[in-house]
Amino acid sequence: MSVPMPTSPSSTLQSGESHLHPFLTTRSSLNLRRRLVNALVVLSTTLAALFAAGLLIYLLYYVLSQGLRYIDLDFFTQLPTPNGEPGGGMGEAFQGSLILIALASLMGVPLGLFTGIYLAEFGRGPFAQGVRFLVDVLNGIPTIIFGLLAWVLIVIPMQTFSGLAGGFALGMIMIPIVTRTSEDVLRLVPRELREASLALGATEARTILQVVLPAARNGIITGVVLAMARVAGETAPLLMTAFGTTFWNTDVTQPMDALPLRIFQFTLSPYQQQVNQAYAGAFVLIVLILLASLAVRLATGGFKQR
Amino acid sequence: MSQERVSLSKARQQWVGWQRMLRVQRPGDLFFRGITLLFVLIVLGLVAGTAWILISNSLPTIRRFGFSFLTNKAFDPVHDVYGVLPAIFGTLMTSAFALIFAVPLGLGASIFLVDFCPRPLRLILAFLIDLLAAIPSVIYGLWGFLVLAPWLHNAGEPWLQQHLGFLPLFTGQPEGVGYLGAGIVLTMMILPLIISVSREVMLVTPIAQREALLALGATRWEVIRHAVLPFARVGILGGVILALGRALGETMAVTMIIGNQANEPSLSLFTPGYTLASVIANQFGEATPGLFLSAIIEAGLILFIITLITNILARWLIASLQRQAQGSRGGRP
Repeated sequence: MSVPMPTSPSSTLQSGESHLHPFLTTRSSLNLRRRLVNALVVLSTTLAALFAAGLLIYLLYYVLSQGLRYIDLDFFTQLPTPNGEPGGGMGEAFQGSLILIALASLMGVPLGLFTGIYLAEFGRGPFAQGVRFLVDVLNGIPTIIFGLLAWVLIVIPMQTFSGLAGGFALGMIMIPIVTRTSEDVLRLVPRELREASLALGATEARTILQVVLPAARNGIITGVVLAMARVAGETAPLLMTAFGTTFWNTDVTQPMDALPLRIFQFTLSPYQQQVNQAYAGAFVLIVLILLASLAVRLATGGFKQR
Repeated sequence: MSQERVSLSKARQQWVGWQRMLRVQRPGDLFFRGITLLFVLIVLGLVAGTAWILISNSLPTIRRFGFSFLTNKAFDPVHDVYGVLPAIFGTLMTSAFALIFAVPLGLGASIFLVDFCPRPLRLILAFLIDLLAAIPSVIYGLWGFLVLAPWLHNAGEPWLQQHLGFLPLFTGQPEGVGYLGAGIVLTMMILPLIISVSREVMLVTPIAQREALLALGATRWEVIRHAVLPFARVGILGGVILALGRALGETMAVTMIIGNQANEPSLSLFTPGYTLASVIANQFGEATPGLFLSAIIEAGLILFIITLITNILARWLIASLQRQAQGSRGGRP
């Protein structure tokens, strides 16, 4: 922005020097054409941005404004009413989501964190490069595949849908996110800090555990929050694992509800009351994710000028 | 003399090697390193296990149907005949639809964001785009099912039929749910992804190249055309393929609006159909052990392989751009 645009790029050159690069010609017709093309591009990209942003903002606004109308305290504390009778809420979905996210974190956070430590601290050579690549690829695999995995591994042998299977599927999704963010933040810890610790006679393990990890703590927490926010909205892998229920349940070997799962089922419901509650659930989910990404931005200074 | 030097450097190497070994061989360090390596191996094992489980469990249908699984139209538990042709067709059709609209729109928007957008607006829009990329697909599905599908049924599709009905794309009965709705929802879902990846790679363009063109008197568009786009091309392509992978594997939003019927592949966008992911999401509930279960898992295996290829390609392209950009300062003047 700070470099002013010259309006007449090459006024000192004589006209007719057509062998020069087009930027340097001065024929006014060409200049006019170039400026016209430029204006056209500015206009069309602006329109594209406005259209894209407008479309997405409209969607967000529509869902949020619909959802806000149907939120009350009962929504968080009550069970769904049968057959779409008025009242009720989706308390069991919040309960289930919390348990599922906890289960997923139990699996995804240690696996992701230690893999991240390995990659950041010992990760040189083709093996580490391969692991890094694989973790990135893992991040792009459709989440329903992990649902299938948990279905075959846990649901079919146990002969019942369960929260455990859901937590396993979500844990698989958390691994690559936690790995990549923790590797990145561990790499940001200054070299001098490690060297100082080693110079004081600390062993490598002690340096990593007591100096490097605490220094990177905020970043690692950020990564974990990001991963939790991501799995909090996952529906597909829960369809065939946690399955959903409309009753309170804390037994992880039984079918368990989750917020996105309840939104999905109520969206397709024939009862208006349940459709309204799906909007309310969507509102809560969007707000949770908005808060998580705001927190992450603030923690990492992501609002800095790019 | 040279002999001496060789032996000296050899001794030095040996010394460094000893030191390294000594450092590693402190039992605590060795243990810690071993633990982290163990976790890495568990993660690798889980990935390999996923592939193995998918392959071994789809063996019954692979043995029974072979390649005809890919070309068979029926997914019929009653006669125990399975094929995923409509699902593969639906997956490709909806993803292609989404790319056709999302790529130009997303590229235009990211050019605007990087080069033309006033600064305060840029920060807000960039945050919003990242937020939208994080919105769960079930929300898009909810909007698609409750708002888009009824609108398409009552207004959108009849209008298209009336004015563009001579195209094979807009023939058939307007039903609301179908390829068109799924394509629109997918477009909206991958748009933020394309914008944020292309924006990021465009910002990597070395600032010196932009300034050089500006100094030559280039217009802003010419700077983008001759400095930014050639540089970012590979990365943008990587982003597009990443978005394609997302579109191919998207489950919830598509399942909610595509209609879930195994119809003959047809060019009409109004037809309700299937995608690989929505077949899985719809059919697992009734699955009985045997061929039925195996067919669902083979659908997952095909999806796994397709998205694996697209992701490897995308990551490789993006990584090659990052290597190329190393050492030069990116940004905009």
